Amino acid sequence: MRTQYLFDRQTVLVLSILAAAAILVPAMNGLVPPGSALHLSDHLVPLLGKYVCLALLALSVDLIWGFCGILSLGHGAFFALGGYAMGMYLMRQIGPRGAYADPILPDFMVFLNWKELPWFWHGFDWFPFAALMVLLVPGALALVFGWFAFRSRVTGVYFSIITQAMTFALMLAFFRNDMGLGGNNGLTDFKEVLGFPVQAGSTRVVLFVLSVLVLAGGYLLCRWVVGSTFGKVLVAVRDAESRTRFLGYRVEHYKLAVFTLSAMLAGVAGALYVPQVGIINPSEFAPANSIEVVIWVAVGGRGTLAGAILGALLVNAGKTWFTAALPEFWLFALGGLFVFVTLFMPRGILGAAGDLWERSSRRLRTRRSPQPFTQAAE
Amino acid sequence: MTAPVTPTLLYLENVTVSFDGFRALNALSLVIDHAEMRAIIGPNGAGKTTMMDVITGKTQPNEGTALFEGTHDLTALDETAIAELGIGRKFQTPTVFEMHTVEDNLLLALKNKRGPLATLFSRQANQERERIDALLERVRLTAQRHRRAGELSHGQKQWLEIGMLLAQEPKLLLIDEPAAGMTDQETADTADLLRDIAKSKAVIVVEHDMTFVRDLGVKVTCLHEGSVLAEGSLDAVSANERVVEVYLGR
Amino acid sequence: MIVLRKFLRAFLLLLGMASAALAGPYEEALPRFTSDSYADTDAAIGAVAASGNPLAVDVIEALRDGRLLVGSGQVFIRRASGDLINAATGQAWGNPAGELKPVRLNNRVRRAIEAALGSLTLLNPDAAKRLEAARAVFRSRDEAALPALEKAIAQESHVPVRNALETARAAILLSKQDAPPTQKLTAVQTLRDRSDQEALALLSNLPAHAPPEVVAAAGKAADGIRARLAFWQAFQNVWYGISLGSVLLLAAIGLAITFGTMSVINMAHGEMVMLGAYTTFMVQELIRSYFPGLFGASLLIALPLAFLVAGSVGVLLERTVIRFLYGRPLETLLATWGISLILQQGVRTIFGPTNREVGTPAWMSGALDVGAMSLTYNRIAIVVFAFSVFAILLLVLRYTSLGLYVRAVTQNRRMAGSMGIRTSRVDALAFGLGSGVAGIAGVALSQIDNVSPNLGQGYIIDSFMVVVFGGVGNLWGTLVGAMTLGIANKLLEPYAGAVLGKIALLIAIIVFIQRRPRGLFALKGRVVEA
Repeated sequence: MRTQYLFDRQTVLVLSILAAAAILVPAMNGLVPPGSALHLSDHLVPLLGKYVCLALLALSVDLIWGFCGILSLGHGAFFALGGYAMGMYLMRQIGPRGAYADPILPDFMVFLNWKELPWFWHGFDWFPFAALMVLLVPGALALVFGWFAFRSRVTGVYFSIITQAMTFALMLAFFRNDMGLGGNNGLTDFKEVLGFPVQAGSTRVVLFVLSVLVLAGGYLLCRWVVGSTFGKVLVAVRDAESRTRFLGYRVEHYKLAVFTLSAMLAGVAGALYVPQVGIINPSEFAPANSIEVVIWVAVGGRGTLAGAILGALLVNAGKTWFTAALPEFWLFALGGLFVFVTLFMPRGILGAAGDLWERSSRRLRTRRSPQPFTQAAE
Repeated sequence: MTAPVTPTLLYLENVTVSFDGFRALNALSLVIDHAEMRAIIGPNGAGKTTMMDVITGKTQPNEGTALFEGTHDLTALDETAIAELGIGRKFQTPTVFEMHTVEDNLLLALKNKRGPLATLFSRQANQERERIDALLERVRLTAQRHRRAGELSHGQKQWLEIGMLLAQEPKLLLIDEPAAGMTDQETADTADLLRDIAKSKAVIVVEHDMTFVRDLGVKVTCLHEGSVLAEGSLDAVSANERVVEVYLGR
Repeated sequence: MIVLRKFLRAFLLLLGMASAALAGPYEEALPRFTSDSYADTDAAIGAVAASGNPLAVDVIEALRDGRLLVGSGQVFIRRASGDLINAATGQAWGNPAGELKPVRLNNRVRRAIEAALGSLTLLNPDAAKRLEAARAVFRSRDEAALPALEKAIAQESHVPVRNALETARAAILLSKQDAPPTQKLTAVQTLRDRSDQEALALLSNLPAHAPPEVVAAAGKAADGIRARLAFWQAFQNVWYGISLGSVLLLAAIGLAITFGTMSVINMAHGEMVMLGAYTTFMVQELIRSYFPGLFGASLLIALPLAFLVAGSVGVLLERTVIRFLYGRPLETLLATWGISLILQQGVRTIFGPTNREVGTPAWMSGALDVGAMSLTYNRIAIVVFAFSVFAILLLVLRYTSLGLYVRAVTQNRRMAGSMGIRTSRVDALAFGLGSGVAGIAGVALSQIDNVSPNLGQGYIIDSFMVVVFGGVGNLWGTLVGAMTLGIANKLLEPYAGAVLGKIALLIAIIVFIQRRPRGLFALKGRVVEA
């Protein structure tokens, strides 16, 4: 089928670019001698790795917003929860190398005069358990939250507002020392991940490559989901929710399934992010962060998956450049981007490019593939 | 579930719906038999759409009984469950999945397993393809198969929606103003199609267009202020003094 | 006048300190200030205060303010004007010989000063001064003040002052080791009648030497006070709740208009509040520089200006951005969020990232005591103001043609449009109205919150919670929502703490919205469904 062919085309492109990144970045960092114009300095590797994790987060937002019309303004919460799960593992790996040299308790607990490890910290010294929690904690929150919300048909902006309240409440909670997760300072001063020193250049290259592979995997997973009949039902829900209901689909089950899947993807993104930036703290829950993710997706082109990746990379690269060169103007630029994209580029870069493509190919064909996108969403 | 109370397909008794004191349905009673086609007429605000909402589970009545096949209490079920029982609904304004192709619209409507896992791992079988081919033929959209539904004309969308209803293989079809916005020829064709459908399924048609209702040639129920004003053949109903009064405002 | 008052004060003091000799103690005490020893200074304060000399108050006040100078064995007072007078004689001393140094203070000396001033001013003709003095004595619990206190009580006719004096006496008696138990019991009685936090603290921290019957009576009295305080505390919490609710109401009511009429999620609403607060700041800056006399009216002047500033920005926003996004609420949300970032950064660029000082006019400072509650005037002003804004808005929506149009558009946009209402104009005006009201809220919030570029951010989530909880398109819902959330928040706080209380409330609202997705006072019917 023609639709299948198109999917392959985009997928192949995305995968080739990701593969190139996974090969070129280690090569330019490790093989090209420093001083060469093509050399990638050590500090850029974790920065690029960070972008890749944020792209995965954007992908997870696009999956629900672009294809099911669910605008979550709290996806940063799932990202942060995945990050905390990984952070807890990394904290336990510090062992007696902390400032207080306690073999079990992380520094902040010693500082707070705690005598034993809180119950929910047990098991995190074992990587497979921590990895499982990276998926399960965000997934469980999404499942419970979504079950309540979708069952009572909270939709549109109402859903957006309560997701925002959710991440805000979590932020307040994580700021508390009593929460047992480092309070204000969060979790940091990591030493090792799976026995490799976190700060070492080689570890960072490996983490980068791993992030790229996971992003590629996430992309393929999303592609497969939206290409299936399940994905068609999602688009149906996005465009005509009650019609879908009257056709006999349990809309809330679909929303719940995709929301939970998306939260898990966001959690994985957070887990990969933490060892590369070296810290996770409650500010990751800030509502502003979650809204920013949405604009990455909008810039790249919502409902295209590849656009989410593109948007996340572009906006974050822009952010890095601005905050170094013109820090005063970054918020103007970001704010302007929000306005510009919603007003003039509602379908984002890929959407606009797709329009051009379609216009030129229209002369040749009358048949068209489904464009998983609408301008009106609720 | 209680034992079958009635042998009829759809049984509404004393159904009342009020919004903030306004009674959209007032002790409405209606009975539809298996494979019966019924036309519902009535001025604006007579409660036609609200009645459909009650039957399809969109609105919960304040009181009254709504039974399907004598055993299923429609007031206790939601839209999805009622759709699964075999009640299909076409909206007043045609509602199709505009971003999907005509083929995908029908595919989504086909009577299949509706669960997320089932759809995630489903593969299109030849059998489904044949069913879709037949449906496309029936609603005359074979040539439009790969077009996006959003690009269809108004009349084509109406037909596509009816096609989707058929794909669901329901026992009862609720059809809200199928002739609205159609040309005369299309209207006549639609009447033919509905008559054809009614050979095997029960159909409730809500319509303003009296020519169309006459074309259908079925029993007519006239609603007014949320209850049944008159019932019978179109001629008998239009001769009814109270109906004339309601329509002409005397 | 001043001379007369001084004379009178000296006279009364003389009466009060009958034992004090006319010549001697004062002059004898003064040189002890020069020895640069805290113990001597302390003793000198007591002696000077007890001396009854007309200069005693001046000396001790000067000491408190660091204006008591010593040099070459003599003591001088520096007047506020800078003139020096000889503390011993009261004569002007134009030409100081040698270097003069202020007498040094430590906390013990400061306490002694407070106690001494307290007992010295107990007989001041000004009732407010006497009250202050009585409170100072109460806090110091200086046994030496007891005779002066007795004397003052005997003369006092002003009831609040008399009460304060008696409380002070009771406090001293309770801590005085050799006071007879009967006196101590009376003191317990007095404190029980006073029945506030300070009395409770006194009664529950009796000195170890207190006789058992006094301890028992004090324990009973303390329980009584605790019960009374708990009772009033509940009211106080409700008041705090109403006060917080008013703040929420102010912040949310403009949002209720824009969200209710146009279903527009204006994420920049908080920034409208911020603009109002900065307008207040600008108005006060101008007044300070050019019309200092008008400062008391600065907030009143700021109100219309804030409405205009925020309202114009709102109309501009509606005309240039939002109107292109109607029917796309999620996109509107994103675009207005972008605008909020721009406005924040704009204000940060112009005014700097730090908090700006917005003054409180004199008439808004102070507090009203009701029972054991203390209602500060600025909170009262905000509550009154919030309800007035609500009432005015209600009247505007009810009785003006704009209100009629807005209600029409809220209920059925298409119908209103086909009846000839220019919905796009109504939208712009309603958006301006909502933003203007947010600006007005900013004037009020500038009184209780930090005026910084982030001011608005702190309110946006709460405001949405209020509007969504109360039900969209219904001002009464917003009122009930704001008050419920405000009071619930403050009632939860004592049990759960501020942060957990807030989290609990957020969760409660999230659950509530899921129970009733359309809020407390939802519009019902087909129109909403469509």
